[in-house]
Amino acid sequence: MPRTGKRKPFKLAPYVLILPTVFFVALFTAWPVLQSFYQSFFQQRMTVARLREPTFIGLGNYTRLLTDRYFIQVILNTVSYVVGTVPISILLGFLFALLVNRKLKVVSIFRLAFFHPMVMPMVSAATIWLFFFTPEYGLFNSALRFLGYTGPQNWTGNPNLALLSVMIVAIWKNSGFYMIFYLAGLQNVPESVYEAAALDGANAWQVLWRITLPLLRRTTVFVVTIAFIDAFRTVDHVFVLTGGGPSRASSLLLFELWRQRFENQDIGISAAITVIFVLVLLTFTVTNFLISEREGA
Amino acid sequence: MKASGINTPKLIRDLFRYLTTLITAGIAIAWSIPVLWTLVASFRPARDAMTRGNVWFGSALTVENYQRAWSLAPFDRYYVNTIVVVLIILSVQMVTITLAGFAFANYEFMGKKPLFFFILLQMMIPTTALLAPNFATIRILGLYDTRLAIAIPFFGSAFGTLLVRQAFLEVPRDLVDAGTMDGCAWWQLILHVYLPPSVPALIAFGLSSATWHWNNFLWPLVITNSDRSRPLTAGLVRFTQLGEIGARWSLLSAATLMVAAPLFILFLIFQRRFIQSYLHSGLK
Repeated sequence: MPRTGKRKPFKLAPYVLILPTVFFVALFTAWPVLQSFYQSFFQQRMTVARLREPTFIGLGNYTRLLTDRYFIQVILNTVSYVVGTVPISILLGFLFALLVNRKLKVVSIFRLAFFHPMVMPMVSAATIWLFFFTPEYGLFNSALRFLGYTGPQNWTGNPNLALLSVMIVAIWKNSGFYMIFYLAGLQNVPESVYEAAALDGANAWQVLWRITLPLLRRTTVFVVTIAFIDAFRTVDHVFVLTGGGPSRASSLLLFELWRQRFENQDIGISAAITVIFVLVLLTFTVTNFLISEREGA
Repeated sequence: MKASGINTPKLIRDLFRYLTTLITAGIAIAWSIPVLWTLVASFRPARDAMTRGNVWFGSALTVENYQRAWSLAPFDRYYVNTIVVVLIILSVQMVTITLAGFAFANYEFMGKKPLFFFILLQMMIPTTALLAPNFATIRILGLYDTRLAIAIPFFGSAFGTLLVRQAFLEVPRDLVDAGTMDGCAWWQLILHVYLPPSVPALIAFGLSSATWHWNNFLWPLVITNSDRSRPLTAGLVRFTQLGEIGARWSLLSAATLMVAAPLFILFLIFQRRFIQSYLHSGLK
């Protein structure tokens, strides 16, 4: 074993030390990506006897997916879900952070109130909300009725509301999580910055837009990244609330992947969805990386 | 809001402060209603109608829902499974990330950069997205429906490696050189020089990793098929779909809270620690 850190010509030690990590990343991240890529060019369905053995069909799985009305619906759902949950959760997280960034005793209770949904499993959160969306006695409907709304009431079973109910649970669960990042960011802003702004006669609004937000740029980039990835990889609430229905009105990409692989047993299609999924994630993370590199963040 | 009162008279400033507190309190209460409601409902007799009045101001409190939920599904088994899975993952991760983090912090070697980027791949492509091919791998390994199958994809952690490397890089080089001069072997360097100042980073990673795996659902769902290996989250979803549960909300509330409670209580006790760890490791 080499004893000195640097300066020696060749050492086996570092390779042995990283071997376990490299091995598991290779086996459960790199290999499955390659395998999916390969399988996506084959037709293979376990539920149909003559399709059990893979047959090469080129881009067949991809063309089938992109011409499938339901799959397009799933893509659109996923886009709506991301667009509808990410900005709102982050905005709420920021608002909560502003509200609880004070030196008051009671504030720690407020923080807990905003943050606690994050500590529970998404399946628990969704089960709790299941009740609030029920037609007969859901609190959510009572609240809507109180506000004078008497429209459709069965939230999770209504094609127009199913996706919205999935989104509401995600926003409720995640906003508090983003709050803690903004709170940490706010507490890093030195008091003197605000004092200087006061001397210059800036009002609260100007301080928020011209000073606080620009100073929290890096926090925002970071929070957007984790919020985006989370929006793609968490579908636990879809399982509990709607099962992707009615007729896939609330299905998301990962849920559709699960359905194709484990309900339809369609290996080829699920491999193609995996590839699409991985491409979306890589495009996002790489773009994000390049942007933050360029800005030197 | 720190900046709110700048250049305004004291009276208006105070008024504004009280108003902010009031609004905050309002939102905080609204945000807490789901969990508070569930907590109260779980202690209400199952035969009572689930009206708002009955739940908030009902007559009796009882633990029968918890007993009944426990008797309808093997929650004790689910608890053991979840705890075992989390402990397996944590103990293996601690070793793998320490070794890899040490290698990247302490050595210069050929291919260091590409290998580091290769490991970071795991952060860009969440393991959950690869459930279909990983399912096939687990079948081939003969691990289907075991607790090891739930844990094994997470044995290596890019994020943990990154955190440990960062912590190790902050250890003064002089200290490392002194250790080397004294004839420390590499493992002695880790144990006596690198690890002691890095314990907080490891705890931070451990807490967020534990949270994430306690709450994880989709992968355990597809890779388990019996109560032998099923963890709490998958067990809860199965429980909600049992025929005899129906719309028994007080029963469901009890089951839901049982799944969330242990972590929740730990969080309440070590709140600061947990929040620090989430801040450290936003990617979980």
